[in-house]
Amino acid sequence: MDPAISITALSKRYRINGSNPGDGLRHAINELALAPWRQVRRLAGRPSRSIPPTSTPQEFWALRDVSLDVDEGKVVGIIGRNGAGKTTLLKLVSRITAPTSGFIKLRGRVASLLEVGTGFHPELTGRENVFLNGAILGMKKVEIQRKFDEIVSFAEIGAFLDTPVKRYSTGMYTRLAFSIAAHLESEILLVDEVLAVGDVAFQRKCLGKMNSVARHEGRTVLFVSHNMAAVTQLCDRVVHLEHGQIVRQGVTSTVVGDYFAATSAHGASRHLAGVDEAGRKQPLWFCNVAVLDDEGRENAALRFDAPFRVRLEYEVPEPTSWIEMSVRLLTADGRAVLTTMQSDLAPEVVRQVRHGRYEITIPFPARFLMPGDYVINIASHEPGGGALFELHESVIRFTIEDTGSSFARYGNHQANGLVVMDLPWDERPLSNHSSIAIS
Amino acid sequence: MAVATDRDVLYIEIAPTGHRGQYWRDLWHYRELFYFLAWRDILVRYKQTVAGVAWAWIRPAATMVVATTIFGHVARLPSGDAPYPIMVFAGLLPWHLFANALSDSGGSLIGNANLIAKVYFPRLVIPASSIIVGLVDFLIAGVLFLAVTLWYGVALTWRIVMLPWFVLLVLAAALGAGLWLSAVTVRYRDFRFVVPFLVQFGFFLTPVAYNSSAVPLDWRLWHAANPLVGIVDGFRWALLGGAQSLYFPSQVSAVVGVAAMLLSGILYFRRTERSFADVI
Repeated sequence: MDPAISITALSKRYRINGSNPGDGLRHAINELALAPWRQVRRLAGRPSRSIPPTSTPQEFWALRDVSLDVDEGKVVGIIGRNGAGKTTLLKLVSRITAPTSGFIKLRGRVASLLEVGTGFHPELTGRENVFLNGAILGMKKVEIQRKFDEIVSFAEIGAFLDTPVKRYSTGMYTRLAFSIAAHLESEILLVDEVLAVGDVAFQRKCLGKMNSVARHEGRTVLFVSHNMAAVTQLCDRVVHLEHGQIVRQGVTSTVVGDYFAATSAHGASRHLAGVDEAGRKQPLWFCNVAVLDDEGRENAALRFDAPFRVRLEYEVPEPTSWIEMSVRLLTADGRAVLTTMQSDLAPEVVRQVRHGRYEITIPFPARFLMPGDYVINIASHEPGGGALFELHESVIRFTIEDTGSSFARYGNHQANGLVVMDLPWDERPLSNHSSIAIS
Repeated sequence: MAVATDRDVLYIEIAPTGHRGQYWRDLWHYRELFYFLAWRDILVRYKQTVAGVAWAWIRPAATMVVATTIFGHVARLPSGDAPYPIMVFAGLLPWHLFANALSDSGGSLIGNANLIAKVYFPRLVIPASSIIVGLVDFLIAGVLFLAVTLWYGVALTWRIVMLPWFVLLVLAAALGAGLWLSAVTVRYRDFRFVVPFLVQFGFFLTPVAYNSSAVPLDWRLWHAANPLVGIVDGFRWALLGGAQSLYFPSQVSAVVGVAAMLLSGILYFRRTERSFADVI
């Protein structure tokens, strides 16, 4: 069978300066208008200030030579930094704008959801906007009528159905808008970042809806998002775009993993002053801190489902003992998650005499830290809370990306806790007519 | 869930040059959007106004009074054998229809810029649906016109059956000009300032406040170069009967002029349409 979406050598060029070919007329009018003025200047004996020729318009290739096939019923994520060409790709596939070269073949009706509530009119009521927005998204009137109740109940706007949407709260507005879009009956659905809006509970509901759209209704979905949790959860395959070209495409976990590695190598390690040249006395100096992913690369974007390590390098200028180092892990907003000390599992270490340069690595298990942003503090001090030699706060910041936690659907992970533990739930029936069925 | 069966699977091809047959098929598919956009514009038009729909009466009525006073009583222009106010009103009907439809469709693409940037549908739907509001106002004003003719005791004749033809001509003229203006305004916002000019000058160049018979014979042919002259004459001929006559050159000019404007408007619109989203 033909793929649902087949893209061949697709390119899109924009011109950067000015409003495109519009400059033609404006320049012409300018010239015309300025001509008499230049005559006056010349007569007045002033040198004519020549108008510089308009520079050739700077070209910008938003997409360049992109080829991609998407099979029917697949959910394909498109990831990449801002300006990588993700939205341009959706605009081309949805025919909002025309390609500069290349071809796209689509099998089936296309609905695109580049923003929620496109075409909502503030003066119209919720009911009226359902019909208007539905028609704008390509639905037939009978189709909207058939799904009307479903749309309204999904949106949870109840009594406000006949209120103008200008009186809606942002949340109600978004819910209604998404609800209409979620009930489109196209074979191909293009979605751009729309899940970034709305409250957490509704986001969760939307993700669930998207999931069922793809899995149970066999529709093809192109999904652009910065939300890696959503991408990981929803997509079968992922395409990584960079500078308008496909860098990599393939199975979700591989491409997402490489994307993290590529985009966040910097910031994953930090050099510290080391031994002070001025000769200040201090028994121990930190030289370098880094977080490493499970392949040993410095990486500040870590996978939830893989272990990672924190690496410390330090120097002891003179033989010293009775010294302790500790690492504290905090959420980016400053809540302490845990503190680990070198002597925790090896109390004898504080009595060892050390001299020279050392490296320590501390392994953290997979599926342990709740996805979110974290910082590290490091310190050296006397054991048991004596003198503090050195303290570096927020020395490194890193992110645990949600690559498949059961919390992905709920958003705002750290509100649910800071660590994740997979605990078994042991259930047994208490009365003899209890039953459990797996559907 | 209704996923298309093989029979009605839709194939869409997207290429730099576009696909003509597909476009008209899409336009047919989006015919309901045409209806919904027009419906939206109508619903919104008189929201939060006190006078509401009465505005569709106030405007022609006020214009009629002023024009009758200035042109009929002060300048003492001829009106055929119909009372001057009715003669003016019969001209105002097509003129307001044209002016409203032109202004609405000329600014329609800019007014719906966010739709154009975010959703696909044949863009022709936008200027085409925006002339419907003018048509509704026209029908409402038409009721007032009938009331006024009754008041003056002017009887309608069989000629009224020709009225739809002239209404069609006005709509085609407004759509043709609206297509040009809306498409060109996407690129050059200067043209937003052109529409009020056109409407202002057009009011005098078209025999709205005066009768075509007031135009000196030597000028008549030149005057008829304006396709709206034939249309306004046609309205008077169809509504007032009696001494209102049709000038053949102005009728030819109306049909040819309107057809040329509409066809060229569609062609220009189609040619520039694909870049709207990039430029708007």
